[in-house]
Amino acid sequence: MAADTAALERPVTGRSGAPLARGVATGYLSLVVLLPLAALIWGSRAGGLGAFWEQATRHEAVSALKLTLVVAAICALLNAVAGTAIAWTLVRDRFPGKGIVDALIDLPFALPTIVAGLTLLALYGPGGPFGIDVAFTRTALLLALLFVTLPFVVRAVQPVLLELDTEMEEAAASLGARPLAIFRRIVFPNLLPAILSGVALAFARAVGEFGAVVLISGNLPFKTEVASVYIFGQLQSGNESGAAAVSVLLLAISLGVLLGIGAFRRWRTRHDA
Amino acid sequence: MKAIWIALLGIALLAGSAAGASKSTTVDLVAYSTPKDAYGKIISAFQKTAAGNGVSFTQSYAASGDQARAVAAGQPADVVNLSLDPDIDLLVRKNLVPKTWRANAHRGIVSDSVVVFVVRDGNPKHIKGWNDLTKSGVEVITPNPFTSGGARWNVMAAYGALRRQGKTDKQAIKYLYKLFHHVPVQPDSARAALAVFAQGKGDVLLTYENEAIFANKKGVHTDYHIPKATLLIETPVALTKTGLGKPAAKAFFKYLWSATAQKAFADQGYRPVLRSAAKGYRFYKPPGLFTISSKKLGLNGWPKVNRRFFDPNKGIVAVIERSLGR
Amino acid sequence: MARYALRFGALGYLALLLLVPVGLVFYRAFENGAGHAWDAVTTHQALHALELTLLIAAIAVPANTVFGIVLALALVRTRFPGRGLVNAVVDLPLALSPVVVGLALFLLYGRGGWLGGLAGHGVKILFALPGMVLATMFVSLPFVVREVVPVLREIGTDQEQAAETLGASPLQVFRRITFPAIRWAVAYGVVLTTARAIGEFGAVSVVSGRIEGRTETLPLYVQSQFEGFDTSGAYAASVVLAMIAIGTVVGLRVLHPREEVA
Repeated sequence: MAADTAALERPVTGRSGAPLARGVATGYLSLVVLLPLAALIWGSRAGGLGAFWEQATRHEAVSALKLTLVVAAICALLNAVAGTAIAWTLVRDRFPGKGIVDALIDLPFALPTIVAGLTLLALYGPGGPFGIDVAFTRTALLLALLFVTLPFVVRAVQPVLLELDTEMEEAAASLGARPLAIFRRIVFPNLLPAILSGVALAFARAVGEFGAVVLISGNLPFKTEVASVYIFGQLQSGNESGAAAVSVLLLAISLGVLLGIGAFRRWRTRHDA
Repeated sequence: MKAIWIALLGIALLAGSAAGASKSTTVDLVAYSTPKDAYGKIISAFQKTAAGNGVSFTQSYAASGDQARAVAAGQPADVVNLSLDPDIDLLVRKNLVPKTWRANAHRGIVSDSVVVFVVRDGNPKHIKGWNDLTKSGVEVITPNPFTSGGARWNVMAAYGALRRQGKTDKQAIKYLYKLFHHVPVQPDSARAALAVFAQGKGDVLLTYENEAIFANKKGVHTDYHIPKATLLIETPVALTKTGLGKPAAKAFFKYLWSATAQKAFADQGYRPVLRSAAKGYRFYKPPGLFTISSKKLGLNGWPKVNRRFFDPNKGIVAVIERSLGR
Repeated sequence: MARYALRFGALGYLALLLLVPVGLVFYRAFENGAGHAWDAVTTHQALHALELTLLIAAIAVPANTVFGIVLALALVRTRFPGRGLVNAVVDLPLALSPVVVGLALFLLYGRGGWLGGLAGHGVKILFALPGMVLATMFVSLPFVVREVVPVLREIGTDQEQAAETLGASPLQVFRRITFPAIRWAVAYGVVLTTARAIGEFGAVSVVSGRIEGRTETLPLYVQSQFEGFDTSGAYAASVVLAMIAIGTVVGLRVLHPREEVA
């Protein structure tokens, strides 16, 4: 009797394959991501919890962590604005060469980081053609990070804009609403989840970036040394558990930020209809 | 009938074992990033010798510290050529290289070089000696000694040179503090440091002679100057325990000190350790040349120097680096 | 008026941050002539590196795409404990610097690591293709998921539920309703994943052992050219990578010609 009733019940979304799909996804996530992360966390506690804390709270490490998180946050926020503007221009606007520009957006991603570093150094460092020299400063650091995180918000917002129904915008415009108001009240709420998605990616990448920043930032302790460079230095000096400890701390903080972004999205989208 | 089958089987077995015997061995070479060109020539020459006939090679070139850690993590390696002793000592600690790796005629050193100053064309700031580096307004570029093991040669050259002037240990360390305050950027590797200098940053670059010579050969103009007192850079090479079990690897290892091989190193800008191979190359011998084991200058070999100066927490240079930000 | 301001603002930002740097890369690649650039990328070593890069991408990109779609559906359309955490964890691989990714994989598959014994049984993970594929999958994991999730939320479940009540099977619902709605998101996710998979240097460098002609990808080849002072060769190889990335976007256009939006 109970068996019959169970057979008649269908899962919430009617997807009888859901548990299997979830299982496959979880298995893949575990193999590719969770196992290595677990090994890293285990490696960081090699010297015990006391050693972990001591490594992670060294002045130079803390300074590097703070710098990394602050610059990554600024980079993510700048991307939110610029990325949305660029995505809007690429989807809604029309100008000669648009297709070419669109095809180039992912290049910061496809180019090896040494090339990114060398190019930015050549353009915006000593001897650069524009007379701008910001190399070996925090500005250079931000510049390098903006470069490598360029595609994220753009590519996250583009598909949503493409699927967006323009009826409401047209209706609002015909009722006399100004473009900015239309954007704020109609378009933006629909784009927010995508923007936040891109922002999360940009933040995460900015936190972990090494190759593009190591050349142009100068790596001065307490001034322009980011966490990834500090960790690299510790590893090269044989302090493997210390490197792992600082990495794990950075990961934990990043996880907190990512959870926060997720919570923010849920809070904002709940206010809509 | 049966006899024919047995005969056929015998022939097949013989053929099989003969094929096995002539199956080529592979020698795995793991080296730091610079000597790639030299090894290209050395390997080709070795393969033309009797001992090298039919031997194939795998080659890997990357930063010394990275290579040491890769081999420690299991990367196959028969011959390991790194940029300083401590990197090989890591492999000794991991039981991959025998403790006795230095026990040969050249103490495990395959090539030499010296620490030099690369300056701007015409040397406008007249940088000739170590004291010039701390003159007002002089900017010095050196790789970070914690991310680039090779940069440690630079630091110890500075220390040793000051000791050679008669300064005490304390005074020489004070000089190091001053020196680092003249360093505006510390790129992560020697090659990156050269790129930064070439881009226009800094008045003088501390690097290795072979790097400067090689850059010039490849069309990157580097005007370098050898200070009167400087450190002899000795690059070590070792046979791993797996290498010891391969006759071809042992033969190749020995070949590294042949005239042909040493000349190949000299062609790339290294100073050969085999005296006779240096004929025809003009290497200036600095009057104040010293080594990492010049006890009178307070240099007691890499293990002690590494611990005292480059321990990531308590080392003298670590303390100096931390003082830079305050 | 606002349109022009926006266009020039966006294009100005792009010019400074994208167009000029990319232009310099192309310029530097051809600085010593097109012949030299061609020679640099057609050496035996370079061609092998290109092959290996494409092979790794051919494995990692489809895997991450399928995983991405499945996980996105699970995150948006179902409820399970820890959903928010999984959502955040998916982005974490990006926050690891490449050196640390290598360290983690060493700690797992290396000598003395948790699965280090595999190498002893002839299963080569590190310093061979599997390790490089795993590292690439790790660093390019989130993109398809991140692209699809917002779109799934945006489109809502109305159409899907309607189809289900009309008797469509889950697969039919996916094929005919869900997938067409997310195809642009998937497409851009694939573009990002491919770009990262072909361009990744740090993590792959660490786990590959950089064995020339065997485990050297194109980004590693770029590095080795840079080390050997063949800078224009390094840039030429980078141009190859750029062309592949551009190619994926162009291929996208060809497959899904976009309807012009007002």
